[in-house]
Amino acid sequence: MTTDSLSLTFAALADPTRRAILARLAAGEASVKELAAPFTMSGPAVSKHLRVLERAGLVVRGRKAQWRPRRLEATPLKEVAEWAEDYRRFWDGSYDRLDEYLRHLQGKERPHGHGE
Amino acid sequence: MATANRVGTTTLTTPSEREAVITRVVEAPRSLVWEAWTSPEHLPHWLLGPDGWTMPVCELDLRPGGAWHFVWRRSDGTEMEMHGVYREIVPPERLVNTESWGGDWPETVNTLVLTEEDGKTTITLTVLYPSEEARDAALGTGMKDGADMSFDRLAAYLRTLA
Repeated sequence: MTTDSLSLTFAALADPTRRAILARLAAGEASVKELAAPFTMSGPAVSKHLRVLERAGLVVRGRKAQWRPRRLEATPLKEVAEWAEDYRRFWDGSYDRLDEYLRHLQGKERPHGHGE
Repeated sequence: MATANRVGTTTLTTPSEREAVITRVVEAPRSLVWEAWTSPEHLPHWLLGPDGWTMPVCELDLRPGGAWHFVWRRSDGTEMEMHGVYREIVPPERLVNTESWGGDWPETVNTLVLTEEDGKTTITLTVLYPSEEARDAALGTGMKDGADMSFDRLAAYLRTLA
């Protein structure tokens, strides 16, 4: 994935309304009207958010029916999740060891390599 | 950003365009966590990332303006180096420092906050990048391997962002 498309995905995810739209679409496809329902904003305002999500490749417009249902396209999200996963791995590994080490420090023994 | 953190689970969120926040809860008082975080005696025991790395260099001058320098080494000889300068030191609750991996990596400002409740400490590390692009580029490096993430996990990740 190029940095450009990653940036586009992140920009799309940076807004709470758009994240709410994606969370709704994760439960299944929906019309613009259905997507707008939980928000106090106008239909055009919701459409604007949808355009940002479509540009990022996160939302796809269905061809069937006049109501043109929107659905979630997970691929860019998968890439973002992998991105996050990798960074987290360093800390995850370190924190697992910290857990162990803190237990060690709180126990009777002295830590390895730190004997008197 | 009120994610329900449990002991043993590391969470990563991106609450703003320039930040990454890593959170973990450990079962220890924060004075001890502070010691483990700020002492060259303790750091090489745990700040090692995934399996297979050691930390042969761990030098730090813990005062505002003081420098720190860490080097990690893998059994095949690969090395990683990281350095920076301390900006703010408030034991045992807050540590602010710059961090740079050298090369094309952007310099970040990292803020460590430790909070204690019922003998457990929440470790919150906020990494502030110079720009959104820098964050995305830096964290995007080496993301190739974990290719099989289930949709459930994605949905869970999405909830952490929401």
